[in-house]
Amino acid sequence: MSTSVLYDEPGPRARLRHRFVGIATIGLIVAFVAFTIYRFSETGQFEPLKWKQFEYEAIQLQLLHGLLATLEAAGTAAALALIFGGVFASARISDAWIFRAPATFLVELFRAIPLLILIFFGYYVPLQYGLHISNFWALVAGLTVYNGSVLAEIIRAGIAAIPSGQSEAAYALGMQKGQVVRLILLPQAIRSMLPSIIGQLVVLLKDTALGFIITYPELLYVGKQMGSRLAFDLPYVPTYLVIAAIYIGMCAIMSAFANWLAKRGDGKRSPAPAPRP
Amino acid sequence: MLEFFRTLTNNWDIFSRGFFTTLKLFVIGAVGSLTVGTILATMRVSPVPVLRGLGAAYVNIIRNTPLTLVFAFLVFAAPKLGIEIAFEPAAYTALTIYTAAFICETLRSGINTVPVGQGEAARALGMTFGQVLYLIVLPQAFRTVVPPLISMLNAMLKNTTVAAGFSVVEAGAIQAYLSERGENQVYTLFWITFGFLTFVVPLILLQRFLERRWAVVR
Repeated sequence: MSTSVLYDEPGPRARLRHRFVGIATIGLIVAFVAFTIYRFSETGQFEPLKWKQFEYEAIQLQLLHGLLATLEAAGTAAALALIFGGVFASARISDAWIFRAPATFLVELFRAIPLLILIFFGYYVPLQYGLHISNFWALVAGLTVYNGSVLAEIIRAGIAAIPSGQSEAAYALGMQKGQVVRLILLPQAIRSMLPSIIGQLVVLLKDTALGFIITYPELLYVGKQMGSRLAFDLPYVPTYLVIAAIYIGMCAIMSAFANWLAKRGDGKRSPAPAPRP
Repeated sequence: MLEFFRTLTNNWDIFSRGFFTTLKLFVIGAVGSLTVGTILATMRVSPVPVLRGLGAAYVNIIRNTPLTLVFAFLVFAAPKLGIEIAFEPAAYTALTIYTAAFICETLRSGINTVPVGQGEAARALGMTFGQVLYLIVLPQAFRTVVPPLISMLNAMLKNTTVAAGFSVVEAGAIQAYLSERGENQVYTLFWITFGFLTFVVPLILLQRFLERRWAVVR
């Protein structure tokens, strides 16, 4: 009955033991949650004053602007990264080395540099030469080249995972490489790639939170400002709780969609590489 | 050209200090997240439903949380829990908490590749869950997932730069220090990138090597 590698269907004694371990674990969780709530109320985190700011329209609007700024950066970067990934993936599978070699080099390079450093490049290098790039475009540029490179790799691997018989049959029908990729390989590859691509877009959305380091007014930046308000007795904990709920909510919906797609797929083909955190 | 090299030699103190901290963050973060990740993976495949649920909840919440937010929470909210934590230990903890969720999922996918017969044979010899997992299944699982694990650790190495936003003087923070000294930012960023590549490229090569060497034919 059991399909696990690791254990059989438990018998009566094992079930008793599992129930004991389960109850002990729940006890620990309850103790942990109770401790957290106790400490937070002890240090006054649940005092009405600390939460009062969320009742003001100005504050709600500020939060909304932060969310919109996050979504704007993430949306722009996602669109550009998908284009970047598509272009570089097709260059990487090209037969002409003049396209393949530089594309491979750039993809490997961008994946090896920390995202924050890429964002710094977009922000500070133009400044050095007297050009001012807004922090929005610096953030988007960094997110695009980093996640675009990872996407290029996902797309390339997805195409490579299609059985070779597919392209051989297409070539035998007299199709050209472009046709084979466009008509035969991509439609099949997209099915297996889509969960990984959405997973990578979740990573991209999360990474917009780095924008606060170059003072892009995204959600976390807004949160830091709201948390440091003396008028509301430094409501760091309430603010971060609210912001965490927003982030986790958005990302969890996307992740759930990716999981649903992955389950819906045939599951026989080896999936594309996992997203890179 | 000479100025370009001077950017490194004149500020060697900051560069060496920054990259030493990065290395420290990487090593401690790697040990921490591998340990916690293994424990989480054990929970997720255990026969006890509550442990499985707890492991799944952890992974689902943390994987959907920005690393920056984990940092922010440790720095600003943890003191309210009575846990006074300095910036650098906060960075180790944040990297561990975050990366462990990804390590756990990688390990779990490795466990799923081990043929059921291996576990059945071990159980037929009378082994317990722990023995089956740690003596038979995990060693085989590790071997298949070492390349993706290295890739996760590589990502963690790059994620250490996030600590720059939280007053930790690691490689990502060098730039801020040197811009105060009036150094050329382009040169500075180039040297930081070069420094990272000297860490990252060997890891990538090791990953490629192990991928070929340890490929398991099943």
